[in-house]
Amino acid sequence: MKNLLFFELYKIFRKWRSYIGFFAITALVLIIEFSIYYEGNKYPGYLTRNLSDSFYFTGNLLNGYLISYYVMMLLVIHIPFLLTLVAGDLLAGEATMGTYRMLVSRPVSRFRIVTVKFLTGQIYSLLMLLWLAFLCLGLGTALFGTGELIVMQDIITVFAANDVLWRFLPAYLLAVLSMGVVVSLAFLFSSLVENAIGPIIATMAVLIVFNILSVIEIDFFAALKPYLFTSYAQDWKLFFNAELDTAGIFKSAAVMLFHIVLFYSVTLFVFTKKDILS
Amino acid sequence: MSYFCTAILLNSVIRRKQILEKVIEINNLYKKFKKIMAVDDLNVNVYRGDVFGFLGPNGAGKSTTIRMLMTLIFPTSGSVKVFGMPLHQNRLAILARTGGIVEKPDLYNYMSARKNLEMLGSISGREIPKKRIDEVLELVGLTDRQKSRVKTFSFGMKQRLGIAQALVHDPELIILDEPTTGLDPQGMKEIRELIFFLSRVKKKTIFLSSHILSEVELVADRMIIIDKGKTVVEGYVKELLKTPRVRVDLDTDEPQRASDLIKNSLWNSTFEGVKENIISLNMEKNAIPELNRFLIQNSINVFGLTPKRSLEEYFLNITEKGAK
Repeated sequence: MKNLLFFELYKIFRKWRSYIGFFAITALVLIIEFSIYYEGNKYPGYLTRNLSDSFYFTGNLLNGYLISYYVMMLLVIHIPFLLTLVAGDLLAGEATMGTYRMLVSRPVSRFRIVTVKFLTGQIYSLLMLLWLAFLCLGLGTALFGTGELIVMQDIITVFAANDVLWRFLPAYLLAVLSMGVVVSLAFLFSSLVENAIGPIIATMAVLIVFNILSVIEIDFFAALKPYLFTSYAQDWKLFFNAELDTAGIFKSAAVMLFHIVLFYSVTLFVFTKKDILS
Repeated sequence: MSYFCTAILLNSVIRRKQILEKVIEINNLYKKFKKIMAVDDLNVNVYRGDVFGFLGPNGAGKSTTIRMLMTLIFPTSGSVKVFGMPLHQNRLAILARTGGIVEKPDLYNYMSARKNLEMLGSISGREIPKKRIDEVLELVGLTDRQKSRVKTFSFGMKQRLGIAQALVHDPELIILDEPTTGLDPQGMKEIRELIFFLSRVKKKTIFLSSHILSEVELVADRMIIIDKGKTVVEGYVKELLKTPRVRVDLDTDEPQRASDLIKNSLWNSTFEGVKENIISLNMEKNAIPELNRFLIQNSINVFGLTPKRSLEEYFLNITEKGAK
């Protein structure tokens, strides 16, 4: 199992396409951080402009925590598209290259092959979010320092500087689960075909349709929302509520875990019955 | 003396046991793809130490059978035993003792030859020391290119690397699916020599698929010919191919004079025709030296008298026999 996992990770990180996501995130975060850095205090001014008549704001509002929060809010929607490039290739890529034959005729069970490839996809997704966390929290706090975090949702909440960092950790974990669903879906599609382009496009199509359905404010679609995994993609923000919505967090985590297990199980079923004809 | 006799007896018993030990036992095997019956009631026995030729024209069901042996596809019905064990129930134990290439030698193009072997070796059910990788690379003649990426390799080099990955875990059974396809004559000769080495020196059992009869004739002890998924003939190569009449190609710089000479002599009945300055004859293989003497005595320069036997001709021969 260990050797196979190492083999799969080695394969992923020897392909240039695996770095596209990292380069894209790095470029976006750096552009956002440096532009805010040079634009000065316009951004927190924009956030507080409606309140500045009634309240007086002091301290370092433009800090690494604020940058991290808003960058995460922007990128969590787009990272899934980058993840599909690798997750959609995990199984179908072997078929395209013809290496399935070499791999499946080794003394390794198909269960292990699927499981290890699935884990590899999840590890890749985790690494991408860790990289995002490093760029946002690490580089963000290095450039902008720390301070209070202003969060504008239904209400405006200001978190004390010492009450912020611990919220990011579980928020990232919930985001990892959300990315895990996308990876699992692309992985499932990858088991069905013999060309990686299909799963990548199919996953993106599902994401686009589900994302649109998740935001349309029509009663008919509102009834669908609880069943769409994309409705839970931004639930990491629940950790930045003034009062933690524990039930909402658990529900979100449970729904996403359910999807991950479901997609993995279907993939396992498909792959263990599959004739390798590539 | 008595010790010596016992040793001989014991050796003989062991050899007989080895000869009788079935490494592959296929019974009533079927594989159907939608409406196409790719393998149709196939029965094959391969014994320990055999170089077993698995012959058939393109589309005969050879690769489908090999895919079933390598557990890439599932049989529709029938039983496959390898090393005396049912294949699918003992897949891991069997594959740990089996190596093979199936169809094209597709490897990880973005890795070096050595890395491919290390990685595939690492999931072969046993520890593969670096020394073993060196040995295998040397065996297939890729030591000098071991650090090159596979995408820079020619087809022949990929084929050799494909064989190397099949051998890296030192398997007892080696399954080679058309290993000489796409190779030049020198490459084909090297693969033949490698098969001899693995069989005679390393005592491996080899299941060799091919559509070239002459290739199998040179290396195999036993063979089976299949067509449309069915067995056409099975047996010892020497016995199956002992039919005396073969096609012989005569290469000379005077094809017209040689043709006239043959047609106006006792060799007349052997003459079949002339194509691209090569004279085709149909004759007994034993008579080739006599014909050679006859041509030389009549001042014909003989550059070659080559017996040919294609799978198609052999097929025709046995199907004609069947019709009679």
